Amino acid sequence: MDWFPLLNSLRIAAISTVIVFFLGILAAYYIARLPRAVKGVLDVILTLPLVLPPTVVGWLLLLLLGPRRPFGAWFLEVFDAKLVMTWWSAIFATVVVAFPLMYRTARGAFESFDQNLADAGRTLGRSNSWVFWHVQMPCCRQGIMAGAVLAFARGLGEYGATSMVAGYMPHRTATISTTVYHLWRTDNDAQALRWVVVNVALSAIFLLVINLLETKQQQKGGNR
Amino acid sequence: MPLTVDIQKKLGDFQLNVQFDTDDQPLALLGASGCGKSLTLRCIAGILTPDQGKIVLNGQTLFDSASHINLPPQQRRVGYLFQQYALFPNMSVRKNIAVAVPQKEKRQQVVQEKLRQFRLEAVADLRPGQLSGGQQQRTALARILALEPQAILLDEPLSALDSYLRYQLELELTETLEQFHGPVLWVSHDRGEAYRNCKNVCVLDRGQSQPLISLAELIHQPVTEAAARLSGCKNYADAVPQGSSVFLPQWGLTLSCSREVPDAVNRVGIRAHHIQPMETGVPCRVLRVIEDVFSTVILLMPDGAREGAPALRMELSKDVWAQLSNHDHIHVAIDPNHILLLQSKGETQ
Repeated sequence: MDWFPLLNSLRIAAISTVIVFFLGILAAYYIARLPRAVKGVLDVILTLPLVLPPTVVGWLLLLLLGPRRPFGAWFLEVFDAKLVMTWWSAIFATVVVAFPLMYRTARGAFESFDQNLADAGRTLGRSNSWVFWHVQMPCCRQGIMAGAVLAFARGLGEYGATSMVAGYMPHRTATISTTVYHLWRTDNDAQALRWVVVNVALSAIFLLVINLLETKQQQKGGNR
Repeated sequence: MPLTVDIQKKLGDFQLNVQFDTDDQPLALLGASGCGKSLTLRCIAGILTPDQGKIVLNGQTLFDSASHINLPPQQRRVGYLFQQYALFPNMSVRKNIAVAVPQKEKRQQVVQEKLRQFRLEAVADLRPGQLSGGQQQRTALARILALEPQAILLDEPLSALDSYLRYQLELELTETLEQFHGPVLWVSHDRGEAYRNCKNVCVLDRGQSQPLISLAELIHQPVTEAAARLSGCKNYADAVPQGSSVFLPQWGLTLSCSREVPDAVNRVGIRAHHIQPMETGVPCRVLRVIEDVFSTVILLMPDGAREGAPALRMELSKDVWAQLSNHDHIHVAIDPNHILLLQSKGETQ
């Protein structure tokens, strides 16, 4: 059995999770402090990819990244590389689709953070960035981890936008989800079943690890 | 003066306008909830920026709108004791204290010293969530003093505690503050707490500060209704001065005072325990009797009262009330020496 789709799915999900992690936290941190009206508008725009069908996201991405589109053409000319139909093209798709999950959970965590703690840090002589990394982030860790986990899971399972932006090319852009679709289309049910089992096993292990981490966290917290 | 504050800030409909000077004696900031006490502390600490005014601490200007000075909280060296202490939940006691010491070389030594001074050595590696209320307060105080602050601001430091623990911690807090040389602002809504710990008081009434007075003056000769309320007085009525007596239109009463009543007086305050039963006194209907822990509270309505007049609250020791023969209609006298003559602007409650 060729394991390329598994490897490819994992690296796409991992890289996009890292990107989304920082982008989501950055957006959440600044947007949580904005006035209500501005916050509402930005919130709608940033959450849109969560509710749009993945094919719509894929179509919009192609509008921007396609080789005959302004940005794609410019990139092709300057770097002599296409932005679509490579294995890393899928990262564009997974980042856009997973971003709202990270952003929303991180924002929720930041909004429930006790601002007095930040103020206390500042009156004790510590900078805003010290307060952010040493107090706010650790206090919001659970929300932020939950967001990252959701983003990773979403990235791992992404099909619609990925298949439009990266296509299905064995050994080049194939992911688990596009492979399963391809195998089903070509009446190769036996192979498809194998990948389905791999996917189910992977997801189960993933969820188990999260649950283990969570219980460990609760034991460590020990609040009275 | 070590600390001079003169600030204005508008927040929605709320207007904060606070002026006071204070020396090294703890100053109480007293007022009903929502009167701007915490807001004032936040402005002094630099967490909040006033719209205009000036804050000077030990000769250093912390804020001056005229010359565009606004030191960030990090540079003010003001120890702020938050209402719930604001200890960092993700750090041990030791680390919480270490936050206040920027110099790495000194840190270990200062932290060790504070742990010993505040009897926290045994819990040094526990997190705030694992501490008792008293240990939490000591940690918060240790953390502030590790900063070597120029001033200390206490934001209702004892409000989160039950009454027994409260007394214990108040004692510890007082002992700590006695060793501190610098301005201390003690925000409270409890006159007893302020009286025990501070000499002077600044009363805040809906965002407006009133001139500093001693706590003895606040308790015995309050001049405004806000001050009288804080001093614990329960009965108020509109008043019209008439020579050495006042006419109270709501109750249809004329009370003689032991002194000349100034023309500016428009309200009177009568303390619940300065009303006593007396055969020749004002006839009153008993509206309601409330058994309190150590006394009996009686709500009265003078017979000549107008529709909608406030009830008169009288407090008697339980046996005095029990000895009265008629519990539905009684005659009471109000001690002329203890009628509070008040001047209030726009207060109609």
